Amino acid sequence: MSAAAMIWRIASFAVAAGFVGLWQLIANLKLVSPVFLPGPDRAWAALMRGFASGDLTSKLVGTLEHMAYGWLAASIAGIALGALIGSSRLMRIYIAPSLEFLRPLPVSAIIPVAIAMLGLTEGMALFVIAFGAIWPIMLATIHGFAAVEPRLYEVARALQMSRTAVVFKIALPSALPDILAGMRLSLTVALILSVVCEVLAGLDGLGHWVLLSARAFRSADLFAGVILLGATGYVTSVAMSLAERRLLAWQSTR
Amino acid sequence: MSLERTKPLLLPLAALLVFELWIRLAHLQSDSLAPPSAVLAALVAALADLSIPIATRDTLLAAFAGLAIGSVIGLALGIAFGISRVLDRLMEVTIEAIRPIPSIALLPIALIALGFGYRMEIVIVAFACVWPMLILSRTAVRGIEPRLMEVSRALRLTPVQRIIKIIIPAALPRIFVAFRLSAGIALIVAVTVEIAINPLGLGAGIMLAQQALRPDLMLAYLVWIGAIGYGLNLVLIVVQHRLFGRAATAGAGS
Repeated sequence: MSAAAMIWRIASFAVAAGFVGLWQLIANLKLVSPVFLPGPDRAWAALMRGFASGDLTSKLVGTLEHMAYGWLAASIAGIALGALIGSSRLMRIYIAPSLEFLRPLPVSAIIPVAIAMLGLTEGMALFVIAFGAIWPIMLATIHGFAAVEPRLYEVARALQMSRTAVVFKIALPSALPDILAGMRLSLTVALILSVVCEVLAGLDGLGHWVLLSARAFRSADLFAGVILLGATGYVTSVAMSLAERRLLAWQSTR
Repeated sequence: MSLERTKPLLLPLAALLVFELWIRLAHLQSDSLAPPSAVLAALVAALADLSIPIATRDTLLAAFAGLAIGSVIGLALGIAFGISRVLDRLMEVTIEAIRPIPSIALLPIALIALGFGYRMEIVIVAFACVWPMLILSRTAVRGIEPRLMEVSRALRLTPVQRIIKIIIPAALPRIFVAFRLSAGIALIVAVTVEIAINPLGLGAGIMLAQQALRPDLMLAYLVWIGAIGYGLNLVLIVVQHRLFGRAATAGAGS
């Protein structure tokens, strides 16, 4: 990082610190009732207290588990189905339009159906999260398969490669950027749906924590939970970009 | 040609038919499934007794109000950050700290501050709509042909004139793409908030149908919510084509 970029970065942090200071000032002057808005000092104290007692840690782990299981299941199923549909012209004609039709459906609308079928259980949460997270991955895979350079397929035909070989050696690697972009989008979906499922089904996790805190008007705990959720979103997305850069390093020419 | 067009419809129709026959022949009594014919009947009945139209009005009202507020804020910030590199760099850390907070995590805060109802839902929708608008309009403003900015300088336009006469018209096609994206998000967030907690609109309707053990009505709501999502997307794409021609959709990706 150059010196100029460093200075900008520091200035940017200073501005953010200024906003936190402003927040503290508003809270101290009680411009907004402390019932709704705790100062950053109280939110931080609640965060530390939650970690010290282990309450917040277990909720964080719960949310991360919901997110990770649902997202992984969606990734595996999404890439497999996407590859299946994307590599066959027949399937693309018959199935892809139905999938495009389902895409704008607000996925949370599936929650009541999942509750009716599976009850207020962990299985329901897993199903909903996986169902919501599968779309971006599957559609990105189909799109990636359709956008493979046609000459590569010609080479495959000339080499008389089998269909599996074509999928694994040509289509999947060249669709990888699309697939990873879809997986990144799904990560956000998985986090949101985890929170919603926890709120609705009372499953162990941050969603349940923030709702209970709100019901009890413990605003400091509530803000601690929201800060943690923001941090979860940030850290997972940064981790995803790092993984993306790592996996696509061979593509530096693009 | 007509045969080609009907192909994508074959699969969903066949699936519906099989589903209908399976439930009818097995005499299935279920809390979570209903034959398509019963779903259709429930949909027609709910449309006729105005429960679905009223719920639709509530949901769309909240979604569009949030969309309007969020878009205006996002657009204003996006243009400001797009014009001024300094401002953009100074605000970077603050924006990156707030953006990853999942919109639904604000639900408990909005709940204790505003209570149930439209206002809480509108605030959450607005929060969710700010980000795509901010980021895409910032990119759009930065991508404006530099010579246009030179012209505005040569004409000695005031900053306000420059924004209204040069920047907004030049960036409008891409801003509209951001708006279309935000509209989809607005509907999703509105329905999600209703399903999670807010006793209002389509989301509350589908939850109520589930709790009343009316699978036919629940699935009717699901179909209707899907149709609304699809319809909204379709209308916006048509508007985009009308206003900006094919050039605008080319850059929009999928």
